[in-house]
Amino acid sequence: MQLIVNIVVLAAIYALISCGYVLVYRVSRVLNLAHGELMMLGAYLLLSTAGLFAGNPMAAIAVALLLSLTVGILVYVLLMRKMTGEMVLAAVLTTVALGILLRGLVVLVWSAQQQNPAQPLAFTNAAIELPGGGRISIFAGILVLVTAATYAVVFAFLRFGRWGVRMRAAGQNPLLAAQRGVNLHAIYALAWSLSTLTGSMAGMLIALDSGLDSTMVIIGLKAFPAALVGGLDSLLGALAGSLIVAAAEVLAIHYIDPLLSDVVPFLVLIAMLAVRPWGLFGTREELDRV
Amino acid sequence: MSRPMPRASGYFRTDYRRDLGLVETRLEWTSLALFIVALLAFPFLASPFHLDLACQVFLAAIGSLSLMLLTGYAGQISLGHAGLLAAGAFTVGILFREVQAPFWLTLPAAALVGGLLGILFGLPSLRLRGLYLAVSTLALHFVVVYLGGEYETRRGFSTGITIDPPQIFGRALTSNRAWYFILLVFAAATLLICVNLLRSRTGRAWGAIRARETVAEALGIGVAGYKLLAFVISSAITAVAGALFAYYRGFVSVEAFSLFLSISYVAMTIIGGMGSLLGALLGAVFVTLFPYVIEAGLLALPGAQRYAGQLFAVNYSAFGLVMILFLVFEPLGLVGIWHRIQAYFLLWPFKHRPLSGSRK
Repeated sequence: MQLIVNIVVLAAIYALISCGYVLVYRVSRVLNLAHGELMMLGAYLLLSTAGLFAGNPMAAIAVALLLSLTVGILVYVLLMRKMTGEMVLAAVLTTVALGILLRGLVVLVWSAQQQNPAQPLAFTNAAIELPGGGRISIFAGILVLVTAATYAVVFAFLRFGRWGVRMRAAGQNPLLAAQRGVNLHAIYALAWSLSTLTGSMAGMLIALDSGLDSTMVIIGLKAFPAALVGGLDSLLGALAGSLIVAAAEVLAIHYIDPLLSDVVPFLVLIAMLAVRPWGLFGTREELDRV
Repeated sequence: MSRPMPRASGYFRTDYRRDLGLVETRLEWTSLALFIVALLAFPFLASPFHLDLACQVFLAAIGSLSLMLLTGYAGQISLGHAGLLAAGAFTVGILFREVQAPFWLTLPAAALVGGLLGILFGLPSLRLRGLYLAVSTLALHFVVVYLGGEYETRRGFSTGITIDPPQIFGRALTSNRAWYFILLVFAAATLLICVNLLRSRTGRAWGAIRARETVAEALGIGVAGYKLLAFVISSAITAVAGALFAYYRGFVSVEAFSLFLSISYVAMTIIGGMGSLLGALLGAVFVTLFPYVIEAGLLALPGAQRYAGQLFAVNYSAFGLVMILFLVFEPLGLVGIWHRIQAYFLLWPFKHRPLSGSRK
C-alpha cells in the first residue's frame, strides 16, 4: 500500500513539472531545459514572500504565484523572443544557459543552505493515515490534488478556452496561425508564463513538503524523461509518462538499489527513445536537423 | 578541405604538393614558428599556477576539439561529453586499482572503451536527430556516471579513486613542467588528427551529412557508417582526454563529471564558433580561463573578503550570462569576431565584399 502511495505522489510531482515542459514544447517547439531552475526559483520566491507576509500565508502564496507568472513572461520577452526562428539547438542551449544563470543567482540571493518555507508560514506537515495502511504527508496529499486540478484546468483551457485554441493553433502551424490573426508573441509569452506557473506550484509544494535547496533542480531534470516518454506535445502523455517513470523509479528503489533513483528515469527514457522516439501519445514529427 | 581563410594578394597554388601543405605563406611560417617558440618557452617563464592553467587549457582543448569534430562538422549533437570523459578517467582508475596497469596500457584501453561507448552513444543517432539525439546522449551520460559511482561505492572508494603518477623510464611524472609538455604533445596531435580527418574523404562525408542527410545518402555516402565513425573517433579522443585528466589530477571521482561539465564543453564549441577547429581552441581557452578571470576581477574590487564566499555562485551566473550573450548576439562565436576583423583589414577601405561578377 505504501508503495502505491509513493508511486502516486512521485507521479503527481513529475506530472505537475512535466506539464510545463509539454506546454512550452507544444506551443513553441522549444525544449525548456531551464524548467527545473524556474521551478526552484518559484519555491525561493515563496520563501521570500513568506518572510514578508508572515501572518498571512494565503497572501504569500498568491503573491509568489503572481511573481512566478511574471518571471515566465519576462523570460520570454527578454530572452526567448530573440531566439524564435533560430535553430532548435540554439534555443535549447539558450535555455540551458538560462538555467545556469538562474542557479547562480538563486545561490547568490538566497544562499545554498537548506531552508523550508513552511517555517515562516507556520505550516505543519503531519502525516495522515490512509485507509489500507499507507501514510501520506499533508503537502504530498495537497500536491496530488493540485496536480489533478491543474491538469483538469489546463485540459479544459486548451480544449474550450479562446486562448487555448489559439495556443493549439500556434503549435500546429505558426505561420498559418499568424496569418489568421493570432498574436504569436502573446501566445508564446502565455505558454511560458503558464509553464513557469505550474512549475513553480510544483516547486513550492515540494519545498513545503521536504525543504528547499539547489538540489531541487535534479527533480526538475528527472521529470523531463516523464514528459518525453509520454510524448513531448501531449498532456495526456505527460500523465501516463509520469506514472510509468514514477512506478519504475519507486519499484527500482524498493526492490533493487536506492542508488538507482537518479538513473532510472533516464533508463526508461533510453528504452523509449529506442522503441518509439516520439513518445506514447506524441505526434510523429519530422525530427529536426542540427 | 576548402580554405575559409581569405587571402589578400594573389596567392596561387601551382602544384599538388602545395595544395596539400598545411602552412603556406612565409607569414604563416614565421607566425607558426614564433607561436611554437612561445609555447616551448612558456613553462620556463611561468609560475606554477599559470602552468597549471595552461595544462587545464590543453586538456579542455583535446575535449573541445573532439566535440567540435562531432557537433561542428558531423552535425551530431551530444550533451553527454562529460560521460565520455568520465568513462576514460574511470577506465584508468579501475585498471590502476584492480591490476596496477601502467599508463601505456591504460591510455589505449581508455581509447578502446571510449570507442565502444561511442558506438553506444552513436546508435540512437541512426534513428534520432537534433533535439531527441541530444536528449539520448544526455540520458547515456547519466547512465555512465551512475556506473562510475556504483563502482566507487561497491569497492569502498566512496570519496574517489587516487591514482599514482605514471612512470616513464623509471621516473614518476610529477613535475608540472613535464605535464605541460606531455599535454601539449597530446593536444597538438589531436589537432593534427582533426585537421587531417576533416580534409580527407571522412571529413567531406561528415560535411555532406551535416548539410543534408538525404543528399549525402544519394551521393553514395554510407550515412549510418560515417555517423557511427564520427561518434567513435570523437568518443575515443574524449576518453583519452578523460584518462589524461585522471593522471594529471591523480584522482578520479564522479563529482567531477557533472552535467555542468558537458554543458561547459558545449559552451566551448558555441563560444569558440561552431564548425571551426580554431573556434574549438579559442573556446577551450576562453571557458577554462573565464572563472579565474572573474575571480581575479572580483578580488580586485574593494571589500573583496565579503565576496569570497559567493565566488562560486558569481562564477556560475556570469558563465550562464556569457553563454546567453554569445548565443543571442554572436552565434558565430569568437571565430566570427576574428573573421570580421580580418575582413575589415582585407577589404579596407571598402566595407563590403564586392558582389561576384560586378568586377570587370
